[in-house]
Amino acid sequence: MKKFLLSSIIVIIGIVFVGRLSYLQIFSFSPDQVLDDPAIKAIYDYPERGYIYDRKGELLVGNQPAYDIMVIPREVRALDTLEFCALLGIDKEKFISTLDKARIYSPRLPSVLVPQLSKEDYARLQEKMRHFEGFYIQKRSLRYYDTTSGANVLGYISEVNEGDLAKNPYYVQGELTGRSGVEKQYEEILRGRKGVQYIQKDRFNRDIGPYLEGSLDTIPEQGIEINLTLDKTLQEYGERLMHGKHGGIVAIEPATGEILAMISGPTYDPALLVGRERSKNYSLLHYDTIAKPLFDRSISFEKEPGSPFKTLNALIALQEGVITPETKFTCYHGFYVGRTKRGCHCGGGIRDMHTGIYKSCNAYFAGTFRKIFDKYPTADEAMDVWEKHIRSFGLGGYLGSDLYTGRPGLVPSKKLYDKWYGDNRWSSSTIISLAIGQGEVQVTPLQLANMTAAIANRGHYFIPHILKKIDGKEINDPDYIEPKHTTIDKKYFEPVISGMADVYKLGTARGVQIPGVEIAGKTGTVENYTKIDGVKTQLTDNSVFIAFAPVDNPKIALAVYIENGYYGARYAGHIASLLIEKYLKGEITRKDMEKRMLEKTLEQEYAKPYSGEEFKINEYVW
Amino acid sequence: MPNLTAGRSSRSTSMSGKSILKRIDWLSIFIYVTLVIIGWISIYSSTFSETDSSIFNFGTLHGKQLFFIGTSVVTILIILALEANFYERFASLFYIIAVVLLLGLFVFGKTIAGATSWYDIGFFNLQPSEPAKVATALALAKYLSDIQTDIKQFKHQIYAFLIIFIPAILIIPQPDPGSALVFFSLIFVLFREGLPLVYLSIVFLAIIVFITTLIFGTIWVSIALVFLLILFLFFKKKSFKVPVFPLISIVAVTILFSLSVNFVFNNVFEQRHRDRFSLWLRLEKDPAKLEQIRKTIGYNTYQSEKAIESGGSFGKGFLEGTRTKGDFVPEQHTDYIFSTIGEEWGFMGTATVVLLFTFFLLRLVYLAERQKSAFARMYGYGVISILLIHYFINIGMVIGILPTIGIPLPYFSYGGSGLLFFTILLFIFLKLDSNRLKEGI
Repeated sequence: MKKFLLSSIIVIIGIVFVGRLSYLQIFSFSPDQVLDDPAIKAIYDYPERGYIYDRKGELLVGNQPAYDIMVIPREVRALDTLEFCALLGIDKEKFISTLDKARIYSPRLPSVLVPQLSKEDYARLQEKMRHFEGFYIQKRSLRYYDTTSGANVLGYISEVNEGDLAKNPYYVQGELTGRSGVEKQYEEILRGRKGVQYIQKDRFNRDIGPYLEGSLDTIPEQGIEINLTLDKTLQEYGERLMHGKHGGIVAIEPATGEILAMISGPTYDPALLVGRERSKNYSLLHYDTIAKPLFDRSISFEKEPGSPFKTLNALIALQEGVITPETKFTCYHGFYVGRTKRGCHCGGGIRDMHTGIYKSCNAYFAGTFRKIFDKYPTADEAMDVWEKHIRSFGLGGYLGSDLYTGRPGLVPSKKLYDKWYGDNRWSSSTIISLAIGQGEVQVTPLQLANMTAAIANRGHYFIPHILKKIDGKEINDPDYIEPKHTTIDKKYFEPVISGMADVYKLGTARGVQIPGVEIAGKTGTVENYTKIDGVKTQLTDNSVFIAFAPVDNPKIALAVYIENGYYGARYAGHIASLLIEKYLKGEITRKDMEKRMLEKTLEQEYAKPYSGEEFKINEYVW
Repeated sequence: MPNLTAGRSSRSTSMSGKSILKRIDWLSIFIYVTLVIIGWISIYSSTFSETDSSIFNFGTLHGKQLFFIGTSVVTILIILALEANFYERFASLFYIIAVVLLLGLFVFGKTIAGATSWYDIGFFNLQPSEPAKVATALALAKYLSDIQTDIKQFKHQIYAFLIIFIPAILIIPQPDPGSALVFFSLIFVLFREGLPLVYLSIVFLAIIVFITTLIFGTIWVSIALVFLLILFLFFKKKSFKVPVFPLISIVAVTILFSLSVNFVFNNVFEQRHRDRFSLWLRLEKDPAKLEQIRKTIGYNTYQSEKAIESGGSFGKGFLEGTRTKGDFVPEQHTDYIFSTIGEEWGFMGTATVVLLFTFFLLRLVYLAERQKSAFARMYGYGVISILLIHYFINIGMVIGILPTIGIPLPYFSYGGSGLLFFTILLFIFLKLDSNRLKEGI
């Protein structure tokens, strides 16, 4: 026993050691440890970020050089601080405190002393830098915007944060990444791939040569340029027209689903989010909680569609065979729900589909909506059918576009009403507001524009998208080049479209006709409410307009949604008309109308709810 | 002890018989040489710099170590040339000299890295705790092999412990607790020679309870103990009579000990001690604090573990260890030399070294057991105990299963005194072994 005690201990220790070593070196080992290794430093070589062009090849976003003044504290020699500060344009206290911070961070490693000098400053400094030991100028690339438009569509880039680093191992601290819009959506295409060079370090962080003779090093891959479907001219013009107005505009090419313009008002100059003033500007934009310039109203703004929605109810009724275009309803300057009368502005009288659409008669569509529901034995079944038709136009859900943000809108279902009113305790009369595009239904301007494109195409649409070409080659993603069909047969579109064409010729929008262009459109004047100090308060109606043109061969379909613009034919109708003319003809013939739109603002309307005083809505001043 | 008389008579010397070259144990020498060579290659790698790759430059550490290896070879020749009974005869003198040298440190000692453990003798710093290990092993063997000593007697146990403790107590205040700990390993020699194993069991039980209490807490340890006791009483054979009440009282005392562990850990230990234990037993789960520990007291262990882990199965190759080159593991050429092997030669290398040590120690046990002379056997056990504790604590620390205790890896770590006296320690035993057949003539 005693003889074997020591031998057993020796053997047990051997087994424990081999066990522990195999755990460390075989089970815990992962070959991908190069980046963990404190002895190996990766030095990155960043490629230039890809340029962004519009559909015609006009430059939207490029790059510009910027110059950082770097300092290696250990190498700094005595210098004329005052002269140096004067050169850099900073004060002495700031200079000393920044230098101290750099020294605390590391005396051996470079730190940024003054970030992002302009080209002019650089030219001035370049000559004199060699007099100041320990300082040097490092070039880096910043975004350059060849337009003041499209800030929300294009998005911006900023330094990666902890979250990005955790999600995607590609990034390292201090790198830039797309933060919103196209920059975010197409980040991987635009950024390229950084090159890397591995350097062997010792524990004092000094370079002692390339690691493995550079066999793991890679060269950078350039960022790839892309073309957007946007039309730079139209986008810029639309933003000028939106001056002083809140709302969203989306224009789509119906034949392809390409987004021609995506305008959110108010917007900002994208160049504000580049350079030394970036964070100051960002705070200003971010904390503007009334105008919300960073909020993209063209895709994230959900509101009732109003009268343009009537066109869908007409199409559904025709598809379901409950009416013909000749079916007539009588308008008593309104219609009755039980004993309550709901108003109508159309002037009253007998309405068929044609007059119903162009005069936007509420009574006609209430009748139509009831007929759809009367076809089915229960409201539940009718609701399912109605919902299916509506959703086939791309409403009530994300469209699947390649836009970075967006909202799904809302199409109510029987579940919602069962929950609100109880099973079998609601009917078409309860939800009659849906007939005229009010009530529970909510859409975004993008969805409204897409719905218009589907009508323009007489029954199908292409998912709206923003990317046209990658590296000069047209995209061929089947999601964007195969049509999505609505549940309405092609033949039912003509009567509705002829009604929409007469909206321009005879109806609510006859004031904004474009000479020589036939347009189909539909106005919307949408009641809207807000809460002021907890009290539900009605505000001036939202002005909505959808349109496509030309009627027979649509080149452009658009939706304009102007907050508190009152009648649909006013702001929305005018802006839509100008945009269509600009896009189809290239120039504006109606200079008066253009001048009026560029000058008129709704600021006084937006200020009302914040004034703290009683205010009037829907004033006739125009 | 039938060998004792034979041992005493070995004083009568006879130079007749085969040459020492035929009688010496070549297998041990072969493993020794292999270990020294691997050790030197590792020192070369961890102190290597591109600018100066000359092997024989005595300005470099690997060059110096080569010089110490040469010195060791000369020393080996001298040891083998001396008569075998020289070591037994002068064991007490060596011991006294060693103790005097240790005492002398308090007056003449040179302080390196906070420890007054060296004499400065010109080109080389002598660390007297190294010769003290050899001298103590010799003295202990001599005392125990004396015909008048009976290890079963309490008085003789005390004397034996004194031989071990005197140098240890002199070394502790240097401070060099690692080296002091080495002397306690010589207690193994006492166990081999008849010290009741109950001492060992108590120490072992205490260590187990200490560790499990820190990890699982007193409550779980108590439950486990009671459960084991019930299990034992329930399943024991009827014929197997055990004293039940003493057994229960042992369990009770153990639980009390477990309680006191908590008290001592939380109230007597300082934070740095607690940190070391929590590092060793992986008690700290909070990632922020863990990161803090890794940067401070856990830095060495963390870096050496990472270096070993990064070697994988086959290592990065000779002179290719990035962490070694970057000098991330502190003291890599001395106490942490094993991490160089781990990084550059991978599991193949580390397993080979562990196997070499295992075979080497087992071979020495075999040699010790075949001695006819009690002195030679006990000295042999002393050698094994000293080598084993160095090997166990050093590699255990480097691979992160033992707390940080700074002692070198025999034959590997850089250092003149270490290499020289580990060599002397071993070759005195090999000389005794080569002489075993001549005894009794």
